[in-house]
Amino acid sequence: MRIVIENVDKTFVDAKKREVTALQNINFAIEKQEFVVLVGPSGCGKSTLLNIVGGLMSPSNGSVYFEGTGSKKPNLGIVFQEIALFPWRTVYENVIYGLEESGASKQEQQEKGKHYIDMVGLSGFENAYPKQLSGGMRQRAGIARALAIEPDLLLMDEPFSALDAQTRTIMQEELLTIWDRTRLSTLYVTHNIQEAVYLADRVIVLSRHPGQVKSIIHIDLPKIGRDKDEYRMRFEQYVDEIWQLIRHDAQEASREG
Amino acid sequence: MWKNVFTPKKEIAKPLYSGAGIATFLLLLLVWSVLSYGGFVNALFLPAPDQVVKTGVSMFQSGEILGDIGISFSRVLSGFVLAALIGVPLGMLMGTLRIMEGAFEPIIGFIRYMPASAFIPLFILWIGLGEAEKMAVIFFGTFFQLTLMTMDVTKNVQNELIEVSYTLGAKKLQLFRRVILPASMPGIVDTLRITFGWAWTYLVVAELVGASEGLGYMIMQASRFLKPDKIIVGILIIGLLGLIMDIIFKAIYRASFSWMRKEGS
Repeated sequence: MRIVIENVDKTFVDAKKREVTALQNINFAIEKQEFVVLVGPSGCGKSTLLNIVGGLMSPSNGSVYFEGTGSKKPNLGIVFQEIALFPWRTVYENVIYGLEESGASKQEQQEKGKHYIDMVGLSGFENAYPKQLSGGMRQRAGIARALAIEPDLLLMDEPFSALDAQTRTIMQEELLTIWDRTRLSTLYVTHNIQEAVYLADRVIVLSRHPGQVKSIIHIDLPKIGRDKDEYRMRFEQYVDEIWQLIRHDAQEASREG
Repeated sequence: MWKNVFTPKKEIAKPLYSGAGIATFLLLLLVWSVLSYGGFVNALFLPAPDQVVKTGVSMFQSGEILGDIGISFSRVLSGFVLAALIGVPLGMLMGTLRIMEGAFEPIIGFIRYMPASAFIPLFILWIGLGEAEKMAVIFFGTFFQLTLMTMDVTKNVQNELIEVSYTLGAKKLQLFRRVILPASMPGIVDTLRITFGWAWTYLVVAELVGASEGLGYMIMQASRFLKPDKIIVGILIIGLLGLIMDIIFKAIYRASFSWMRKEGS
């Protein structure tokens, strides 16, 4: 499975009836089993782009297509920052929601439900409601729910940005462990450069006004254990390289508020 | 004990809180007693508390009041159930489909400002003085508010929940049953609780004109025969029935939506 984003433009009409170009001429592909991170300052259209890839929004021009699915509609798993668990459903019921929709048998629901709840480390919390969980646990449940439909592409929109710094670090590590087991093609959106370098096979840097691909950086470090001392220098070099690309835009963005 | 009593938005001791509520009731009773026992108001207009209690007891003993309660309750219930059966689905559609909101919101928003009581003469002309007319008044008094409140509840369903369901394979029509209904259910039950309270106030209005039984009729008759104690008993009964229904709705709410609480079921 390869996902191709080809010549994508997106224009909005804002409240003052002006046309605003959110995305312009976006071209890249997500290879099979590749972890791609979109990073950019606020207002660069990275969430818009993720929504277009996820089919929740249509592009003004260009197209997104999935190579190798044939005529079958691709399965997409999305994890939002707001998590959006169904509050009236338990962890287990949330995780199997997509399986219910696809008409999977009760037995399949149970097997897969248990499998993915185990994978994200929520065993023992199957019958808890989202309100009873901490932020990190909710996000684990959200990830399990997205994984349970065994998607062709996993989309994550700033999934950890509402978490406190320590939980966030733990969740990043766990995400890599999970990813290592599933090897899903992933598109991950963040504004956090360290997070991008820690997770990505490739980082796509977007500029703002309009959102364009500024640079694509291949992170040439082993996928697991990038926080080890021996990689620290190169890790920081990548972070700095990306920061230099974004800096000007980010300063502009913060002035505009 | 008296800590924080006058600090804005601070918790106070539990007995103090409940005690304040009881004290207010007692104060009202005290004012009533002073006015009646003290002879400040003619007993013909304001009977003493013990007189009201005696009348109430005898009304229950003779059983005359039970029939009135029964008929009034069935009127409120039938009018209200009809309003809910139409209003809740309509409100949900208005809250989810822009076309339905566009079609119905303006007219409902307009009609709800028309006083239901002013329609009574029209209803009498159209449907006569029977039970249907009483139902119509209660329906008219609650339906429009109920529909608009349901619409607001449904509108507030988090958009992300709907987007997530799409990505997990839900179809448009399933969204109503799978997401929008369960997500707005607590709000809808709360709306029903509030509007059911209003239904009681319209009951009396409906029964003041052209009724031959029911609590409202009983109150009107008592007024004609200068029996204020009976009026007060009638008012208290309506208040108590409303309160009981409120408690029942709240119990349903707590039992059905344990997922809304942090500590769980």
